[in-house]
Amino acid sequence: MTASAFVEIEDVGFRRDRRVIYDGLNATVPRGKITAIVGPSGTGKTTLLRLIGGQLKPESGDVRVDGVSVQSLKRAELFQLRKRMGMLFQSGALFAELSVFENVAFPLRVHTDLDDELIRLIVLMKLEAVGLRGAVDLVPSELSGGMQRRVALARAIALDPEMIMYDEPFAGQDPIGLGVLLSLVKQLNQALGLTSLVVSHDLQETLSIADHVIMIANNRVAFEGSPAVMQSSNDPLVQQFLHGSPDGPVRFHFPAPALEDALS
Amino acid sequence: MIDWIAGVGRSTLSQVSDLGRASLMLMQAIFGRSNVGVYARLTVDQIYAVGVLSLSIIIVSGLFIGMVLGLQGYTILTDYGSEQALGQMVALSLTRELGPVVTALLFAGRAGSALTAEIGLMKATEQLASLEMIGVDPLRRVVAPRFWAGVISLPILSLIFVSVGCLGGALVGVSWLGVDSGSFWANMQASVDFFDDVFNGMIKSVVFAIVVTWIAVYQGYDLVPTSEGIARATTKTVVYASLAVLGLDFFLTAVMFGEI
Repeated sequence: MTASAFVEIEDVGFRRDRRVIYDGLNATVPRGKITAIVGPSGTGKTTLLRLIGGQLKPESGDVRVDGVSVQSLKRAELFQLRKRMGMLFQSGALFAELSVFENVAFPLRVHTDLDDELIRLIVLMKLEAVGLRGAVDLVPSELSGGMQRRVALARAIALDPEMIMYDEPFAGQDPIGLGVLLSLVKQLNQALGLTSLVVSHDLQETLSIADHVIMIANNRVAFEGSPAVMQSSNDPLVQQFLHGSPDGPVRFHFPAPALEDALS
Repeated sequence: MIDWIAGVGRSTLSQVSDLGRASLMLMQAIFGRSNVGVYARLTVDQIYAVGVLSLSIIIVSGLFIGMVLGLQGYTILTDYGSEQALGQMVALSLTRELGPVVTALLFAGRAGSALTAEIGLMKATEQLASLEMIGVDPLRRVVAPRFWAGVISLPILSLIFVSVGCLGGALVGVSWLGVDSGSFWANMQASVDFFDDVFNGMIKSVVFAIVVTWIAVYQGYDLVPTSEGIARATTKTVVYASLAVLGLDFFLTAVMFGEI
């Protein structure tokens, strides 16, 4: 393991049914940095987060988190490792029957022996950071999708993990919420020395805070490096993605027989 | 022909694979370390959800089935001048068969489908995945309390069903049709054996409870996380659990009361 790498993905192969998602994927997530994972829809960005979190197992290759091979861990060891990670799900994934307060307090209650007063202080601080302290007594169904994701972010950082994985954190945010979240991700990373992985389609916003970019396309890593190098890359695949061109090496159409054959 | 054989093979492999996954899920859910206090509190919460909230349907069904037994039994026994044996007939029918079986079928429809839908919705909305990433095993936190709640609740519901059924039988037989109260209750008391009838009935209930709740939690945990997937899994729970209860009932009856 290189000294600066927190996550190492080595020659990973993965399929969903018969569809190949990765074929020899190699990437490194540097420790203490913000890494953006970008790429066209359906290329397996969320799948990569789930492989790192051990929710999926690769068919081949190795995924190592802080030097530990995730797929070789036993179930109990995997749950121990996950205490060092936080994950913000695309849907928020809040517990529907719990209030906003109890959702954020949940990791603290199950993993610490802190008394109720201290838990209350921590929860209120985390909610203040995402601007939702006033929603403390609401239940998830009373919140908008964007607000639910902000509560989920507060829950993800409740235990001050070493690494946070954000799956589309900016989706559904108004410009103010988006700006606040961008600066929050950046601040969390700098203040707590976290390793952050951000999967997002909001390319320019994400690149503005990222230190490292992994672009996935056509079943493998199409680019890995700094945002500045990415912006100046002459690779047609990178250029197509950055400029949103429909024609180029990245297929817009899902693989299918020729249209003439399908219509005849 | 080859296609048909291949189809049968695929289906068999799929069923065996399902059974293996369901067994592994259950083992991982019920064996392992956990905070006993939290585990007990979650189980009590679920006993309320699957047991206490099923009380009304169990009591009403037990009452009517007991009343029907009283009415049918009286009509038949009167032909032989044996209406004083009505208490015995009602009690044995309920303790040996109708109590455990009908309660399990009602439980599968009321609580089993609810368990499947609840766990399935938690899966579809990524709440189970979220628990995993928080470092909490959803099998221990979500599945195990619901499984134990079902296993504890169903035999108790079955006892309540039998008791209310006996009262229903007495209501029709004694209060409305005029069977002597002393004969009704004395015959019942004399003919129902605790071990042969009540205890065997309870064993049936425990077996049905394990099977019905296992099917319900597995169908919820293993479903395809879409609205159609939840609907299909809920239907499967009721169908599979009902068939399993009826099939197992024959097997258990043959072992307990037959000559096998």
